[in-house]
Amino acid sequence: MRITCTVNGQTHQADDVWEGESLLYLLRERLGLPGSKNACEQGECGSCTVFMDDETVCACLVAAGQAEGREIRTIEGLSEGDRLHPIQQAFVETGAVQCGFCTPGLLIQVADLLRNNANPTDLEIREALAGNLCRCTGYEQIIEAVRLAAARIHPTGEFAR
Amino acid sequence: MTTTQTITHTGRIGDSAQRPDGTLKVTGQFAYSSDLWMDGMLWGATLRSPHPSARIRSVDIGPALAVPGVHAVLTKDDVPGLNAYGLDHADQPVLAADVVRYQGEPVALVAADHPETARLAAERIVVDYEPLPPVTDAMLAVGHISWDTPGQTGVPRVHPEGNLVRHVKIRKGDPDPQADVVITGEYEVGMQDQAFLGPESGLAVPAEDGGVDLYVATQWLHVDQRQICIALGLGPEKVRLTLAGVGGAFGGREDLSMHVHACLLALHTGKPVKIVYNRTESFLGHVHRHPARMRYQHGVLRDGTIVYVRASIYLDGGAYTSSTPAVVANAGTMGIGPYDVPNVRVDCYGAFTNNPPCGAMRGFGTVQAAFAYEAQLDRIAAELGLDPVDIRCRNAMREGSRMTTGQLVDSAAPVDELLRRVQALPLPPPVDPTQLDLREQPGGVSNTTHGEGVRRGVGYAVAFKNVGFSEGFDDYSTARVRLEVVGGEPVVTVHTAAAEVGQGLTTVIQQIVRTELGVENVVLAPADTQIGNGGSTSASRQTYVTGGAVKAACELVRGEVFDIAQTCYGRAVRDLHLVDGKVISPAEGGIGSLADLLIGTPVERTIEWRHRPTYPLDPETGRADAHVQYAFAAHRAVVDVDTELGLVKVVALDCVQDVGKAINPQAVRGQIYGGALQGLGLALMEEIVTTDGIVRNASFTDYLIPTVLDAPPMQVEILEYADPHAPYGLRGVGEPPTISAGPAILAALRNATGLPLTRIPVRPEHLIGSVGR
Repeated sequence: MRITCTVNGQTHQADDVWEGESLLYLLRERLGLPGSKNACEQGECGSCTVFMDDETVCACLVAAGQAEGREIRTIEGLSEGDRLHPIQQAFVETGAVQCGFCTPGLLIQVADLLRNNANPTDLEIREALAGNLCRCTGYEQIIEAVRLAAARIHPTGEFAR
Repeated sequence: MTTTQTITHTGRIGDSAQRPDGTLKVTGQFAYSSDLWMDGMLWGATLRSPHPSARIRSVDIGPALAVPGVHAVLTKDDVPGLNAYGLDHADQPVLAADVVRYQGEPVALVAADHPETARLAAERIVVDYEPLPPVTDAMLAVGHISWDTPGQTGVPRVHPEGNLVRHVKIRKGDPDPQADVVITGEYEVGMQDQAFLGPESGLAVPAEDGGVDLYVATQWLHVDQRQICIALGLGPEKVRLTLAGVGGAFGGREDLSMHVHACLLALHTGKPVKIVYNRTESFLGHVHRHPARMRYQHGVLRDGTIVYVRASIYLDGGAYTSSTPAVVANAGTMGIGPYDVPNVRVDCYGAFTNNPPCGAMRGFGTVQAAFAYEAQLDRIAAELGLDPVDIRCRNAMREGSRMTTGQLVDSAAPVDELLRRVQALPLPPPVDPTQLDLREQPGGVSNTTHGEGVRRGVGYAVAFKNVGFSEGFDDYSTARVRLEVVGGEPVVTVHTAAAEVGQGLTTVIQQIVRTELGVENVVLAPADTQIGNGGSTSASRQTYVTGGAVKAACELVRGEVFDIAQTCYGRAVRDLHLVDGKVISPAEGGIGSLADLLIGTPVERTIEWRHRPTYPLDPETGRADAHVQYAFAAHRAVVDVDTELGLVKVVALDCVQDVGKAINPQAVRGQIYGGALQGLGLALMEEIVTTDGIVRNASFTDYLIPTVLDAPPMQVEILEYADPHAPYGLRGVGEPPTISAGPAILAALRNATGLPLTRIPVRPEHLIGSVGR
C-alpha cells in the first residue's frame, strides 16, 4: 500500500508498504529517519516515542497505515537547524545522555510534559516519564535535565513547540 | 524557543566535560548499529532451538528457500572455518551441529529482502529434534549431592569433558579455627539480564578482496575479530571491524552474537547483510549474570571480630564456557567482601548446565557473593547486638591488609570511612501521614495503601571489585596520538580500538589529551581494527588502561615537540610546558607556538600500554597477586515496605565511593546512579525465570527493569584517594555501585520486616513471610 503523511513538517510518501509494518518501521527503514529507536517493539520502553497529531505514541505500536494523512514529529524535528532545543541542550549539559538509546523517546516525552506543565514537580516528572526505560543513567540526571529545561523555558511562560 | 547558548566541548582532567557525541545523540543523528543502512542490503534472521537439550536428527531448509524474497539459508555445513567460538574456550557452535544445549541456540540463518520475510522463512525451516532431559541444577551438574559433597547425581554431561567449568579454592590461615559464635546461612541469586536498550545488531559488507567489513556494536573489537576469523577461515587482514553506535552493554556484548552470522550471509550472498535482534531474541541471544547458590559460615568473637569465613559458591554458567572461569575467580577471590579475616576457606564452582549461557555482567561474580557476605554481616550484628555499621568497620579491610589470596592491598582502601560517611548523609524525613502522596507509597498509584501496614527500614552495605583483567592476562591497550597543525591551528587526532558504549570513554580521552598536550581541538578517529587491540570495555578498566595508553602516547608526543622546540630555539631549555598551543618555559617565557614549530611535520606516536602484571591463582590455595586494583563503594538504602502486600518503595539509595581521581565528576556520578539502579533491579525485580531450561519471560513486559518511578533519589559523595600505581591515581568506577546497592536494599528490607530474605530478587510473597525465605 501507499502511505502519505507529514513528518517534521514535510510531506512524505512511501510505496509498497506491507500491511504488517509499524510506523516505526516506516520512519526508520522507508523514510530514512532512524532517530526513533527500536528497543522492544512492544510498547514497553518508550524509545520510539513520537508525536502523532500532538499526542505522544509508541511508534512501534502504531500500524504504518494508521499514519495516513497524519502529522508526525520525531526527534529529527525537535531542534531548529544547528540550534538545539532547550530540552536537548539540558540533556547534554546534565549528563542525562549515556548510551543515548532511550534519549530520542525521552526528549519527545519531556517536550510533551513541558508543553502541558511548564513547571513540573519531581513527582510529576517521574510520572510523565514512567513509560520511558533508561538502563544507563539511573534517571537522576534525566530529572536534573528536565528541571533545567523547565527553568529555562519557564521565564517566558511560552513553549513554542 | 531555541537556546543561543553554545555547547562547549572543552574540559580537562577533573572537569565535567561534555560528551563529544552528545549533540548527535540528542538530535537523533548518532548512528547506532541498528540504524545502519546500505543500498541493496539484505536482512538476516536466525532460527533458534526451542529445546534446552536435544539431538538434531535432520534439518530441511527447502521450505525456507522457496519463500519469495529469500536469498540464502545457511546451516552448520556452510561455516567455512571452525564451527566454534568462545572468549576463553571455543566451545560454542556458530550454528548447531548434532546437538543443541540451550533454548535459543542458533541452528540456521536466512537472508531476505525484508526482515519479516527473513523471520517467516526461518520459521519454515524444518528441524527434527529428539529432545533430551535438560541439566538445570548447577550443584548436581558438578556431581555434588550437597554442599562440597561429591556423590552419584546421575546427571548427564552437557559437554564430553564434564560439567565442571572451574573450581577455585581459597585457603588462608588456620584450617580449624575456633570462634565464640558461628553464623551459617544459605543464599540464592536469580539470573539477571544486562537489558541494554540497543538490541544486538550490525551490518556486514562483503569486500572485493574476498573479505568482509563488519560494523557492529560490541565491547571488544579485537576479541570479536579473532573469533570471527577462526569461524570464517579468513585472516585478520580480511576481517575488518568498525565500532557502530552502541546502545549500552553492561557485559552483554563481550560474547559474539550476530557477528559471524551476518558475515556468513554477506559472504554467501555477495550483498550487505544487516541483522537486528528483537527484544525476545536479545534475551535468548546473549549471556546473562550467573545465578548462584551460596552457603556461608562466619565464626566470630563476642566483640564482633570475624575469626573465619567458610563459603561454598555454585555459579550456573549455562551451556557454554563464555567468561565463567573468570567469574568464578572473582566470586572466589573476593567472596568474603572487603574485610580482614585471618582464616578463610572458599570453594567456588562454575557449572555447565542446559540453562541459558551466563557470562559477563557488571560486577562479574562479586555481585552474587556480596549479597551473601553482607547478609551474613547483618546476621552477625543482630546475633551479637552490635550496630551493622560498627561491625563492618571493626572488620574492614584497609591499606596494608592482605587479601584472601595473600595479595597486599597497597593503596587506599577506605572501607570504614565510606561507611561512616554514607551513614552521616542526611536521611529522608519520615512519612507525614497528613501529607501522604500515593506516588511515594509502596504500590504507587495502584492505590494499595495509604500508609497502613507500611514499615520503614534502613540498611547498609559495602563492596569491592577488582579493576582490569586479572590472573596474568596480558591486559593492554593501544593508542595512536597525532599532533599536527591544520589551518594554522593545532589539532590532535586519537585512534584507539576501545569501545565507547555510553560510559563516556571518548569524553575522558579528550580530557586527557587537552590536559597533556594543551590543545583544545581533539578529534577521535573511529574505533576499528586498523589499530592495535584496545582491550575490553569491561572490568571498569577503560579509563585506566586506554586512558593510560592515551596519556602515555601524549607524553611521547610532548617529548618530541619539546625536542623540536629546543632545536628551533637553538639550545636546551629546562622545565618546558605545553599550554594553549604554545611551548613555554617558566624561566624564559614563550619558546614557540605549535603552529610555527610543527608546520608540515606532524608528530605521531603509537604505544601499547600495560598496567602492572598480575599472576595466576595457585590451584590449591588461591594464593597470588592476582588483581590489579580494587575499587570500593558503600551504600545506604531506605525502604518503605507494605508488609501486607509485600510491595516496596525504595525511598533513598545513597552512595559514597572512592574513585581515586574523578576524571569527569558528572560522568562518575552517572556511573554511580546507573550502576546502583541495576543493583536495585536485581534486588527487587529483575530475574530471567526458567522452567526446565526454558525462559519464561523474554520480554520487557515480563522481565522488569526499574522505571523512573522505581528509582529513588540518590545522594552521592565522591572520595579521591589516589592510587599511586594508576594514571592520575584513578580507580575504575562503573562496577562497585552495582555491587553494594542491592545488598543495602536487602539489609533495609530485613530491618523493616525482620525476615531473613535469603533470595534475590525478593518477591512480594517473601516480604509478607508466606514463603520461608
